This record gives sequence, structure tokens and C-alpha cells, in this order.
Amino acid sequence: MYVIVVGGGKVGLNLARELIRNGQEVTLVEQERRAYLRIEQELEHAVQYGDGTELWVLERAGIQRADLVVAVTGDDEDNILICQVAKEKYLCERIIARCNNPRNLQHFKLLGIQPAVSATDLILNLIEHEVPGHGLVHLLDLPDEKLEIIEVEVIAGAPAAGRSVADIELPDGSLIISVLPRGKAGFVPKPDTVIAPGDEVLVVLDPGLEPYITEQFSPNGRPG
Amino acid sequence: MMVLVVGAGRVGSAVAKSSLAAGHTVSVLDEDPLSHERLDAGQPTSWEDAGGRFTVGTAIEIDALLAAGVEEADIFIAATRGDNTNILVAQIAQKRFGVPRVIVRVLDPARSDWYSEQGLHTICAVKLGIAMFEQAVTEAAAAEAGV
Repeated sequence: MYVIVVGGGKVGLNLARELIRNGQEVTLVEQERRAYLRIEQELEHAVQYGDGTELWVLERAGIQRADLVVAVTGDDEDNILICQVAKEKYLCERIIARCNNPRNLQHFKLLGIQPAVSATDLILNLIEHEVPGHGLVHLLDLPDEKLEIIEVEVIAGAPAAGRSVADIELPDGSLIISVLPRGKAGFVPKPDTVIAPGDEVLVVLDPGLEPYITEQFSPNGRPG
Repeated sequence: MMVLVVGAGRVGSAVAKSSLAAGHTVSVLDEDPLSHERLDAGQPTSWEDAGGRFTVGTAIEIDALLAAGVEEADIFIAATRGDNTNILVAQIAQKRFGVPRVIVRVLDPARSDWYSEQGLHTICAVKLGIAMFEQAVTEAAAAEAGV
């Protein structure tokens, strides 16, 4: 596989290093001269000097034959442009973009630049996952299919606590697909499975139904 | 017509002033509050007294675009110093807000050509400059040969 990585910062350099170690063919593009010279001592011919948003620089790096273009500069406008020309001008099949400011994710989506990876969002999701009682975690979003899977903790005193799955009042378009009791293996529940406080449940749902679901698993209808 | 100019540099401020003088409603967005001075320079009244709008904000922030009136804009001009910022904000104006006329300043001839093929109305001062230089060299050579 031939991979072009644009942006030789911490993310780009480590990515290039790992890909090369895994036996992939890689070209890293870096526009800052001093950073380029430093990287060149390590990566030698696998790094090129230039502004990766200039078409001739991408062409010199061999974008016409790239299987994957990864844009990980510190500038979201640059990452969007690089991926847009990679995909639409050079018909590169796969792109991956780094989104530095999570507020710019909407622009990546608007222009079809997917996947766009936001480290801030990844860490936020991890915090939600790791901090107990923080409430609801999005495990999977499938916007095209209009489906989501969320994980939600059952708080003591919530309407669902102590009830069987069949008796929990979930809206149409949602379904409990798994129960994760604290400290035990998760399983797929039956209608008579009783949900206990402290359990976590996985729910598949249509987008927009989260508020109706969290109110069943939290006292007073508020996430814990 | 409501004209929204993003980027109050030399190009943006000049186009904003001439659009206002031509009788259009003009709103200007720039992240630097001091860029407002360019709109006042050489004018008998301040930009606001002349009827212009000015908003401080970053071009690709949706809130800033909304505050500057992108939803009412008939003509959108992307004239910041950054080619990639201009190309992105122009596509936001076009695809997200449906602004009917979007004009983009792109310095790099290659990016200007390709995005023009994709349906953006790009203006590339570098290309115009190159053509003028080439013309000037041709004329100078002809004049020199004729001496």
C-alpha cells in the first residue's frame, strides 16, 4: 500500500514511522524547512519538502498512485483542501483527515471529508467512558443508516432500575441489545431480564431519541 | 444587493468600499478589529456612518458568518489572505447557506483553475499579473528589436 502523509508534526511523523515499520511505502510531506531537515535525517527519501496544499507538491509525491492520503497538519482548512483534491481531483480511494478544532467537524462533513479524526473528541469520549456516572456514551453513530448505539448506566432510583426489560418504557425505534452488569460479562437480555442499578445497558436507537432513553435510566430523568 | 466580504485586507476592503459606493448593502467580516481602519481610510465618514457593517470574527466560524449576515447575502466574497480558508469558506457559503453568488480570491493559479472547474467563481490575481508581465515582456522585446 502506498500512503501519503501530509504534515510532519508529532502525529504525522509517528504515523509515518509506524507505517514504514509495518512495511508500507510512505511519503511524508512537510512544509517547514527546519522540521523537514530534521525528519529527513531519520526518514531519508521517505520525506519530501513542500506545501502539501500545492497541487504540484502532491503530484511530485505521487498522489496519482496513492492508495491512501492522510492529512494531519495543524490547520483544518489545509486538511480539508488536501483531502478534497485527493478524493475529487486525483480520485484517491481512501482519505483520512485530522480535525484539530472539533467545531470544524461540521465542515469536514459538509464537504464529504470522512473519516475526520478529532483527538479532542476521542479523549472526550474516553472520559465519558471512564468516568463513572457521567451518563451516556455514544458507541457508534451511523448517520447514513440513521442508527446509533449508546451505552447508558442505570442509576439507583431511575424508572428502569429493578424492572424487567419488557416493562421498561422505551420509545418506538429503540431496543436494549445488551446488559453489562458491574464486574460481570455482558449478555443479550431476554424480556424477563431484570435491570439492576449499577448495570450498564447498550441501546440501539433512532437518532434524536436519547432524551427519552436517559429519562428511563436516571432518577428525575437526568443523566447521572 | 447584500454583499458579504470576508477578509478586510487590501482587496476585501477596496471591494467593500466600492460596493457600498455603488449602492449595495455591504457587510465585512474580519478576525482583526484593526482591519476596520482600512474601511475608514480615505473616506469622508466612518464605515458605519456611510452605512457599512463590520463584524469581528473568524471566517470559518459559523457563528461569525451568521453574525455578519451570511443568510441574507446575495453575493459572497472570500478575500482573506489564505487560499485554503477562502476555498473552504466559499464552499460553506455555497453549500450550507445557499448564497447565490460566491466569488473567491485564490492566489495559487493551480488551485484557482481546479476549483473554477468545480464550479467556484475564482479570481486569481497572480495569473492576471503573470499575463500582464508576459505581455509587457513581449512588447518591450518588440520595441527593443524595432529600435
